[in-house]
Amino acid sequence: MEILRAENISKSFHGDVENRVLQSVSLDVKQGEFVSIMGKSGCGKSTLLYILSTMDSDYKGEIFLNGELLSNKTPDELAYVRNKHIGFVFQFHYLLPEFSVLDNVMLPALKLGEKSKEEVRHDAIEKLKMLDITELAGKLATQLSGGQKQRVAIARALINEPQIIMGDEPTGNLDSRNASIVFDIFRELCAGGKHSMLIVTHDHDFATKSDRIIQMADGKIVS
Amino acid sequence: MNKGVLFKIAKTHLLARKKQTAIAALGVTFGIGTFIVLISFMTGLNGLLDGLILNRTPHIRIYNDLKPSAKQPVELSAEFRHAEHAIYSIKPKSSQASIHNNQGLMHALRRDARVKGVTPLITSRVFYMSGAIQLNGTLTGIDVLDQARLFDFQNYIINGKPENLANTTNGIILGAGVAKKLSLKVGDYIQFVSSTGGQFRLKIVALFQSGLTDVDNVQSYANIKTVQQVQGAGSSYVTDLYVKLFDIEESKPMSDEIARTYGLNAVDIRTANAQFETGTSVRNMITFAVSITLLIVAGFGIYNILNMLIFQKMNDIAILKATGFSAGDVKRIFMYQAMMIGIMGGILGLILGFFFSWLISVSPFETEALPTIKTFPVNFNPLFYLIGTTFAMLTTFFAGYMPARKAGQIDPVEIIRGQ
Repeated sequence: MEILRAENISKSFHGDVENRVLQSVSLDVKQGEFVSIMGKSGCGKSTLLYILSTMDSDYKGEIFLNGELLSNKTPDELAYVRNKHIGFVFQFHYLLPEFSVLDNVMLPALKLGEKSKEEVRHDAIEKLKMLDITELAGKLATQLSGGQKQRVAIARALINEPQIIMGDEPTGNLDSRNASIVFDIFRELCAGGKHSMLIVTHDHDFATKSDRIIQMADGKIVS
Repeated sequence: MNKGVLFKIAKTHLLARKKQTAIAALGVTFGIGTFIVLISFMTGLNGLLDGLILNRTPHIRIYNDLKPSAKQPVELSAEFRHAEHAIYSIKPKSSQASIHNNQGLMHALRRDARVKGVTPLITSRVFYMSGAIQLNGTLTGIDVLDQARLFDFQNYIINGKPENLANTTNGIILGAGVAKKLSLKVGDYIQFVSSTGGQFRLKIVALFQSGLTDVDNVQSYANIKTVQQVQGAGSSYVTDLYVKLFDIEESKPMSDEIARTYGLNAVDIRTANAQFETGTSVRNMITFAVSITLLIVAGFGIYNILNMLIFQKMNDIAILKATGFSAGDVKRIFMYQAMMIGIMGGILGLILGFFFSWLISVSPFETEALPTIKTFPVNFNPLFYLIGTTFAMLTTFFAGYMPARKAGQIDPVEIIRGQ
C-alpha cells in the first residue's frame, strides 16, 4: 500500500535566469518501506524532501499522503498534517535547548492535543525506552552528545506515531558507531510495518542497506 | 489547539533569559509607575489649587454696582431726540449699596432646585485702632455657619473655630496680618472706627489666614448683625449675596437670568476666574502626554527585546514549524511573551506607583495659603490605575505584535537550508 505518492513535482527558483531545480519528479513510498534518496550536492534531493514534507509549498505537481491530496491545503492544514502524519529528523537542528529531553519529545504530541498530558508523558517515556535513552529524560537538550541528541530527535519524530519519517542526512553529523545505531533504529521501525522511511543521505553504506535507493541528478530521478 | 503548550514554550523562553525579561518588564514598570505617580500628584495638586479658588468663590455673586445711569436725562427729552448729545464728566448715580428686598430674593433663590445655598454678606470699610495708630481695613459681615457649609470657611481659620463667632454677639475673626501688626491674639479686644465715625470694640474669637498677604492685612469677619450696627443700618442691609449651585456649569445661564429678572449685578465664577480652567486642563494634558511617552518608550524596549529573542530563536522556530506548529501558533508564543512581560511589569508598576504616591501623600507640605493642609495632596483615584493598566497592555500588545508576526512568517526551510 502506498503511503506517499508524488506526481510530476517541478520547482524553479526565480532569479535573473530561471533555475529549474526539480523537473517532473515522480515517486512513491510504500508502507513499511525504507527508501534512500542519493545524489550529488545541488541535485535537488533536499529540495524534494522539503516539498514532500509539506514545509515548502511553492512547487508544481501533486503530492498524496495516504491517498489524500496535499497540494491544495492551507498552511495551517499542512502544519496539522506534519504534526500528525510526518516525523522529521534533521542533520543539525536537533532540539529546543531550554527544554528537557522529555519535554522535547512531548511537545509535538501536546500540540496535537489528542491525548492527556499524562498519556503523552507515558508515550514519551515509552519512546525513550525503545531507543534505550530513558536515563536522559530529565536532562537539558544542551547536555547531550550528538548521537544522544539524534536519538532524542528520533523519539520526538515518533511521538505522534507518524506513517512516514523523513530524514535530511540524519547520520551526516555522526560518527560511524552512532550512525549505525541510528540506522538500526530506522531499520527496526520499518520492520514493524507501522512506519515508512524516506531518507536523504550522502552515506553510501547507509543507502545500500535500505530497501530502495532513488538516485537523483540535475533535478531528475535517474534510477 | 492546545494553548497550554504555547504558553509553556513562551514561559520557558522567558525564564531562560531572566535578565533580558526583567529589563523589558522594568521598562513597563517605570512607565506605569511614573504615570501613576505623575497623574495622582498632578490631579491632587490641581484639585487643591482649584479648591483654593473655586471652593471659596461663590458660583454667582449678586451685588449692586456703582455705575452711571445708562440713560442720561437729556436722552429722555423729546426736544433733543434727534440731536447729537455731548455730555462731559458723567458721575455714577448715587444708589443704595444694599440689595433691595434681599430677604425675598434669598427666599426665591433657596427654593430654586439648582441652588445649593445662598448666604448674605455686608462689606464695610473700617480703621483698626491701636493707640495712636490707625490701620485700613475691611470688615465683612457673614453668616459664619453658612460660609463654612458652602465655602469651606473653616479651612482658613487658625487658632479657633467658625462656631466661636456664631456663639458670640460681639466677636470678630481677625485677619492674621492685622493681628500680627497690632500684636493681638485670640481673646483680646480690638477697637476700630467705622466709616460713619462710630467707635466699636469686638472680641477676637479666631484668626483668619487666606495666604494672600494683601487680604490678611486688611480683612476681618464679624456677624451680619454686628456689621449692620457698625454701619448704622437696619436689619435688611445686605450688600452681597453669595450663591452656590449644585452644578457649576449652571452658573453662567443662571447669573444671566438673575441679572435680567432682578435688575442686579450677577457675576458667575467662570467669568470671574476664566484663567483657572485653562491652567488645569493644560496641566492635565502635559501629565498625560509625558506618561504616554514613557509607556511608548517602554513599548520600544519590548519590541527590541522580542526582536532580538526571535533572531536568537530562529532555529527553534524552524523546529517548531517542522514538527507541526502553525504560523499562528508561533505568533501566539511570542505574543504571550510580550503580554507576560507587560503584565509582570505592569503589576509591579502599579504597586510601585501606589507606593511612591503614598510616600508623596505623607511628605510634609506647609503652605501659608492653606493653613489646614499639612501634607502633599495626592489623588488616589482607582481610575488612574485602570488607565495605566489599559495603556500598558495596549503598548505591549502593539510592541509584541510586529515581531511576533514576523516570527510566525519565518520559513523553516530557509533556516534549515541555511546551516
